[in-house]
Amino acid sequence: MLENAWLIPVFPLIAMVAIMLVTHRNRMLSAGLSIAAMSIAFIWSWAIALTVWNNPEAQRFSFEWLDLGPSMHIPLGIQIDGLTAMMLIVVSTVALMVNIYSVGYMHDDPLFSRYFAYLSLFGMAMLTLVLADNYFLMFVSWELVGLASYLLIGFWFEKQSASDAGKKAFITTRLGDLGFLIGLLMLYAAVGSLAFKDVNGAVQNGTLTGGYLTVAALCLFAGAVGKSAQVPLHVWLPDAMEGPTPVSALIHAATMVVAGVYLVARSLILFGVAQDASMVVAWIGIITSLMAATIGLVQNDIKRVLAYSTVSQLGYMIMALGLGGFTASMFHLMTHAFFKALLFLGAGSVIHAVHTNDIREMGGLHSKMKITSWTFLIAALAIAGVPPLSGFWSKDEIVAASAGHPVFMALTLLVAFMTAFYMFRLYFLTFTGTPRDHHRSDHAHESPLTMTGPLMFLAFLSIVSGFVGMPWLHHGFSSVVYIGEPHHAEFHLSTAIIATSVGLSGIALAYLMYYKRAIDPEKIAASVKGIYTTLYNKYYFDEAYDVLFIRPYYVVCDAWFWFDKTIVDGMVNGAGDLGMFWSRVNAWFDETFVDGAVNGVGIVTRAFGLTVRHLQTGRVQNYAFVVFATMVIIWLLQ
Amino acid sequence: MAAIGINHFLALSAVVFCIGVYGMLTRRNAIAVLMAVELMFNAVNITLVAFARYVTPETATGQVVAAFTIAVAAAEATVALAIVLLIYQHHRGIDVDKVNFMKW
Repeated sequence: MLENAWLIPVFPLIAMVAIMLVTHRNRMLSAGLSIAAMSIAFIWSWAIALTVWNNPEAQRFSFEWLDLGPSMHIPLGIQIDGLTAMMLIVVSTVALMVNIYSVGYMHDDPLFSRYFAYLSLFGMAMLTLVLADNYFLMFVSWELVGLASYLLIGFWFEKQSASDAGKKAFITTRLGDLGFLIGLLMLYAAVGSLAFKDVNGAVQNGTLTGGYLTVAALCLFAGAVGKSAQVPLHVWLPDAMEGPTPVSALIHAATMVVAGVYLVARSLILFGVAQDASMVVAWIGIITSLMAATIGLVQNDIKRVLAYSTVSQLGYMIMALGLGGFTASMFHLMTHAFFKALLFLGAGSVIHAVHTNDIREMGGLHSKMKITSWTFLIAALAIAGVPPLSGFWSKDEIVAASAGHPVFMALTLLVAFMTAFYMFRLYFLTFTGTPRDHHRSDHAHESPLTMTGPLMFLAFLSIVSGFVGMPWLHHGFSSVVYIGEPHHAEFHLSTAIIATSVGLSGIALAYLMYYKRAIDPEKIAASVKGIYTTLYNKYYFDEAYDVLFIRPYYVVCDAWFWFDKTIVDGMVNGAGDLGMFWSRVNAWFDETFVDGAVNGVGIVTRAFGLTVRHLQTGRVQNYAFVVFATMVIIWLLQ
Repeated sequence: MAAIGINHFLALSAVVFCIGVYGMLTRRNAIAVLMAVELMFNAVNITLVAFARYVTPETATGQVVAAFTIAVAAAEATVALAIVLLIYQHHRGIDVDKVNFMKW
């Protein structure tokens, strides 16, 4: 079963090809294929996870893929250990739920079949990414998930903003990918192999060390910054919300964006030695987390709030990794995948019902859509870290991982407070109170079972998935997903109490402001107008990039365009004009002299003929006379 | 009166030949032209037999050539008369000055 695990991504691949080539006319068959393929992956992943649970020892199965002599050979293969098993579960579970959910959500879409083909493509790429036993295969699938992300963000490509967002995501992550690629080349140059095992071995036995290792690790981290939307490359993720909401749940919340976190986790042995790089990772993580959380406080688009929440939580994971908290980060990755996917799918359900993203036009939806509301509440409680939901356990571990660093710990708690606040701001504004737009509210209704089913399943996981990591478990998450030695988190009552009370106070503040209306949010916004506008405009990142990079880029482009148009085109056209001119000269010469010579021969011959032909009188006697006269002359001359 | 020698024959031949040339160049009637040509042939024949008689009396070479000439002249006359007949049929006349339709 383990050695054939490479078949897991093959099923979605087959589904994609089949949908694209054969079944694309039959909508339900296409969706069925996609769901069936993902179901196989889902069952297989859980089976693998159960095996790994009992034996977390890493197992590798590889084959030679490219052999270019002794200096260059690239094997491909899969590696199955606790981390892979966990990622498999996350990816296949969320992907399956999103597949099912999409049947309802995308029901009326004319490109229904294509959508499922893209989903299968993504499933294939993401499953390959987590199964890979080397950076090379990982990079390939990394790019493939980027492609799927691009295709799905721009799925409604007839909308200008959607196609722009797709391009933005693709180009922005490409910047990070460049770093990733350079990192890979550096590792290959130093180690001669890209297998995780060999690279980690080289770090552990000291062949790979010092500044070189730091630079290589930072290059890898650049890839993670792009993919996991960390500062300063985070700008693409909020815009990626232009895609269909299930896609946001799958790709831009639960799976693809954690690929960057996964990459850093896979390479954590490198970062463990390169402490400078680790500190960069930790700082980038916490800055991202803080920045995104503050932006999330004031956004009015339900999906954008969730997007910034995702960025913020990804920052958490990255920070925890930077501080060496491998297990904590991965634990949070898993629980976050479930409750954030649930939040997005819930938001999708709301959007499906009221046809707007703006929470100012919602309100009072709880009575209309009970399942959505309850599951959304569960997810919000989970992300706020309320015990005993999954977020509580994982967030606790994150806080514990930052315990040795007071600054990080303080900021982590601050972010936790803000997370709880904006999540419940979202919840109260959407589901409670009175409808602010009666027209939209009147038409709202609960979504079909294909959509609420995944919601309930994910809600279940959001509740229970934290239990595998409970500190009291003798054999839990930390004894399966670890690097080096299993590191069992201790339960610190004080940490738990602080973290929980921070979360609860965030909820309480949101309750006062948006449910009780005891504190007027408008007044607060007005009293700190400068800060509010800055946050509302997302720290002007897009504007700054526009001024700093895009416009100068356009200027440079324009300059080059001018250069091309004037100088290069000028040279080319000049050469052409010169050629034309010279050709004309040649033509004139040809026509005048060469043709003249040729025609001249003709003319002269003709003129001569015209002159001489008068000798040919046609009178026989004249000829005879000439003959005789000539003979007489010859006779006289001799 | 000296005995008749080769010079007499050659003189006669030259006279006849010149008469033939003159006739051929001046007569307009095609038949007359042909007759003039016959005169020239015969002038040549006279020369041939004269030389044969006086220069190489032991062989008959000149006579044989003369005989050939007569035969060829007969053939020539046949062809020429046929042409003249055809010209006559086409042009209702045999004036050689009019027969210049083959010039440029």
